[in-house]
Amino acid sequence: MSNAVRHGVILEGLRKTGATGIFFFRLLGACVSALRRPRLIVAQIFNAGGRSLIIIMLSGLFTGMVIGLLGQDVLARFGAETALGTLAALALLKELGPVLTSLLFAGRAGTALTSEIGLMRATDQLTAMEVMAVDPMSYVAAPRFLGGVIAMPLLTAIFEIIGLFGAQLVGVQLLGIDRGVYWSQMQSAVGMRDVTEGIVKSLVFGVVTSLIAVTEGYHAEPTAEGVGLATTRTVVASSVMTLLLDYVLTAFFL
Amino acid sequence: MRATRSLEIGTGLFVILGLAALFFLTTQLPGNGLKLGFGKAPGYDVTAEFDNIGALKVGAPVRMAGVRIGDVTGIGFDDQSYRADVHMRIYPQFNQIPEDSYASIDTEGLLGSQFVGISPGGLTTYLKNGSQILQTQSAIVLENLINKFFANFASGSSKGSAAPPASQSKSPQEPHP
Repeated sequence: MSNAVRHGVILEGLRKTGATGIFFFRLLGACVSALRRPRLIVAQIFNAGGRSLIIIMLSGLFTGMVIGLLGQDVLARFGAETALGTLAALALLKELGPVLTSLLFAGRAGTALTSEIGLMRATDQLTAMEVMAVDPMSYVAAPRFLGGVIAMPLLTAIFEIIGLFGAQLVGVQLLGIDRGVYWSQMQSAVGMRDVTEGIVKSLVFGVVTSLIAVTEGYHAEPTAEGVGLATTRTVVASSVMTLLLDYVLTAFFL
Repeated sequence: MRATRSLEIGTGLFVILGLAALFFLTTQLPGNGLKLGFGKAPGYDVTAEFDNIGALKVGAPVRMAGVRIGDVTGIGFDDQSYRADVHMRIYPQFNQIPEDSYASIDTEGLLGSQFVGISPGGLTTYLKNGSQILQTQSAIVLENLINKFFANFASGSSKGSAAPPASQSKSPQEPHP
């Protein structure tokens, strides 16, 4: 913390941004050699994605259900309940799916990555690898980064599908909108562009969230407190970056 | 060994689920995407030609007395008669619909989506697979009604409201009487 005290908040912020940027390019370089160990990446896809599956599916279900409830209430005031499918699909595909998945991903997988790598740093495992001429960048950091980047769009797609069925559950099964109308209104209003927007967003969020998690862990101060702080910073930074980038990407896609 | 195996199975499951979801999103949701039929629902097919179907969509319900009796399964365009060709699939339990029934395109509420409404005729021969409903009524296009109303209103102020509407040529989609 002595650095932060001496340089002040702005300089420290600049340094952090620069360090993350440099780390990103080192990470990209390490990804090339990490691709030669696909087994490690598979294990990390499971860690980041498979283990987040339940929380993503539950959250998706309830997000969709609440859209069904709210959408039915609001649209009924205009006599347009049948547009629920359109509302649910556009809301989930364009905004809620990627953003909520990214926030949950930061909380579930990002923290795990940061604390794992941070603890490796604190217990000198990373130094030991360097001594053994194993590059910890391509052996530890890159597979975790790639695992997160691959898992994120898949999690988002699962979230969106479950959300659509959640909205159907409430709108169609509970509140009596016609099932065929729900889906046909959705299909006539949703274009490939909307689907692409969601996928691009989830890819960007995947890169950013995984990058922040790995960077924070890799540069964590090698103490118990340092690892804890790094984990907190991961959640805060990825959440803020997700929401900020979401605005930029939405404006870009309009 | 067992641990890696179950981990790989878990990862495979997750990836396949994710890819299936992505596939569903890209193929099933967009209107211009590739459509995979999930098998046909049981029932029989009926067609009807309309002058104007408004905003009717595939998947819209077919109703009789407000009860859903089938779905719209396809919408085509007949380039001989320049009319819309609507294909419907009626559920098998509704097999006693008179052949001279009357199909119209109705709207749910003021802004709601459109559906095909069927009013029964009087014949004792019934619609069967492949039959066509001959008497149809087009969708009522709200804009045309408003147009007509204002045209009427404008001419009505000088000539009286009983005069034939001056907008007759402006609204070719006016429903048949």
